[in-house]
Amino acid sequence: MQHLSILPILIPLIFGAALLLPPLSKHIQRQRIAAVIGLFLLLVSACFLLFQVQTQGVHLYALGEWQPPFGIVLVADPVSVLLVALTSFLAFSVMLYAMNGQDKNGAYFHPLFMFQVMGINGAFLTGDIFNLFVFFEVLLIASYALLIHGGGKQRTQATVHYVILNLVGSSLFLFGLGIIYGTLGTLNMADLAVKVGQLQAENATLAKTGALLLLVVFGLKAAMLPLHFWLPKTYSSASAPVAALFAIMTKVGIYSIFRVYTVIFGEHAGELANIATPWLWPLSLLTIAIGAIGILASPNLKILTANLVIVSSGSLLACAAISSEVATSAALYYLVHSTLVSAGLFLLADIMARQRGKAEDRFVRSRPFVQPKTLGILFAVGALSIIGMPPFSGFIGKVMILQATQSFAASLWLWPLILLGSLAALITLSRAGTTLFWRHNGNLSTESEAAKPLELTAVVLLLLASPILVIFAGDVTAYTQNAAHYLHDFQLSAYNLLPGVTP
Amino acid sequence: MEGMYAFSVGLLTACGVFLTLRGRSFSVVVGLTLLSYAVNLFLFASGRLKLNAAAVLGESEHYGDPLPQALVLTAIVIGFAMTAFAVILAMRARADLGNDHVDGQIPQPKKPLFQKTGGAK
Repeated sequence: MQHLSILPILIPLIFGAALLLPPLSKHIQRQRIAAVIGLFLLLVSACFLLFQVQTQGVHLYALGEWQPPFGIVLVADPVSVLLVALTSFLAFSVMLYAMNGQDKNGAYFHPLFMFQVMGINGAFLTGDIFNLFVFFEVLLIASYALLIHGGGKQRTQATVHYVILNLVGSSLFLFGLGIIYGTLGTLNMADLAVKVGQLQAENATLAKTGALLLLVVFGLKAAMLPLHFWLPKTYSSASAPVAALFAIMTKVGIYSIFRVYTVIFGEHAGELANIATPWLWPLSLLTIAIGAIGILASPNLKILTANLVIVSSGSLLACAAISSEVATSAALYYLVHSTLVSAGLFLLADIMARQRGKAEDRFVRSRPFVQPKTLGILFAVGALSIIGMPPFSGFIGKVMILQATQSFAASLWLWPLILLGSLAALITLSRAGTTLFWRHNGNLSTESEAAKPLELTAVVLLLLASPILVIFAGDVTAYTQNAAHYLHDFQLSAYNLLPGVTP
Repeated sequence: MEGMYAFSVGLLTACGVFLTLRGRSFSVVVGLTLLSYAVNLFLFASGRLKLNAAAVLGESEHYGDPLPQALVLTAIVIGFAMTAFAVILAMRARADLGNDHVDGQIPQPKKPLFQKTGGAK
């Protein structure tokens, strides 16, 4: 299967285009079936790719046989393939949820969803930094349309902010790329990593400017401290399936930071070695702090989950700042966990909001749930997992991050913040749980309807990932260690991707 | 030539940033457009400015870098689509929210704490 590594981009593209054409475009049922088939195929191919990369090693796919560093390449390596598989699983589960009516609130939900998935997968797989920009734009323009999908005042306003911010971000991205191409003369990531070590001193400042401009852009996507203000409003006003899919969007920024500042501007970059660390370290700590404050102040479950996403972003950025194999491995494990669990919580918040009438998901006294036991168990699993309580994956992820700190000073900064962030989550989620489930005014309303089985299946699929990540923690961490080793080994992640170039 | 070029890019960027920071959606959209113009010029310059240098083999003595032209073309197409989207979104926001402020409401000037009434109640 020589073309396997481009399938995660091609499948959503072909299905997305087909969904816009006559036999499918007018009938919502056919669209739903086609979308689920497409995402299932995507999931199968992503898992197969994961298996193949693990058995046969990194797969370099040169588009049109143009050899790197001149042509555009796709690199299916352990890190990108893990994230592609994660995206495919997330998209499949979220689509199962969206099929129950949320996709009917506006036109073209399914094609937009497919293009969004295509953009995310492309951003993970590409080995060319300009191509990364192009896939960023693909996923962004789909996300603009998905965010406003269904309409409404609040959503329009959140979209205006989100679109303007990201358009400015795209301009900065291009400025950064222009500077980097002007000084280093290449756009292939592996080639950039090799060339940056041989940079002349007079160009170093310029290249540094470009590299740090890219950090601003990735920081905007990843919700790093001064650039995170858009996130709670955007995520809480998006419709539930869109918010759940957006759980992977901050991770695209995190992934880009890991890729660019570990491989290109990592330890081998000569004068520009580890240029992001002095910025990433304090900003990541402050991100955790501001996220924790946001958690304590959240008035409803959706904003609370959005703030939990900010805290997890902060923790992941701290791992990027530590920049060691152990930290990267911890980050990859924690990334998988936090994406799936926060997506599950977004969907759950929507189910709860629909059963509580006008009170929606705000933490106020209202009528009881139709299915208190099912929702209660799911909420407990999701909450315990995202706080980081022992039987679930959040615990293992957080312990791995705590263990990854190298020096006493680093531990002194990171440990209290992560632990206090967890405490804030614990306090707010227990307050939320007691208010939502126990403080109600007795009578069940006839208007509120039970969640459909398929919706619950989607939530269960996402939240079940947490215990599964614990049961197979040994295998998963072995995999993430392998992936982290790949990312930090310069021979593997740079020279091996450039045929004919040797150190 | 380089000085002139750099000055134009800088001026466009400055105007773009200034307009993007304004409160009304129209000036923001114009600002974003100016920023994308500045970016396009900037990307073009990343292959260095040369005179009489074709980007096609066999056409001249020395060659210009063809890659920035391809990059600019991509950036123009994407920037164009994004501008179109931003315009439509601004119109939608104007219709949905009732005004063209980016925050969805015109900020009211704060009332002074002690209002002088001139003795009248």
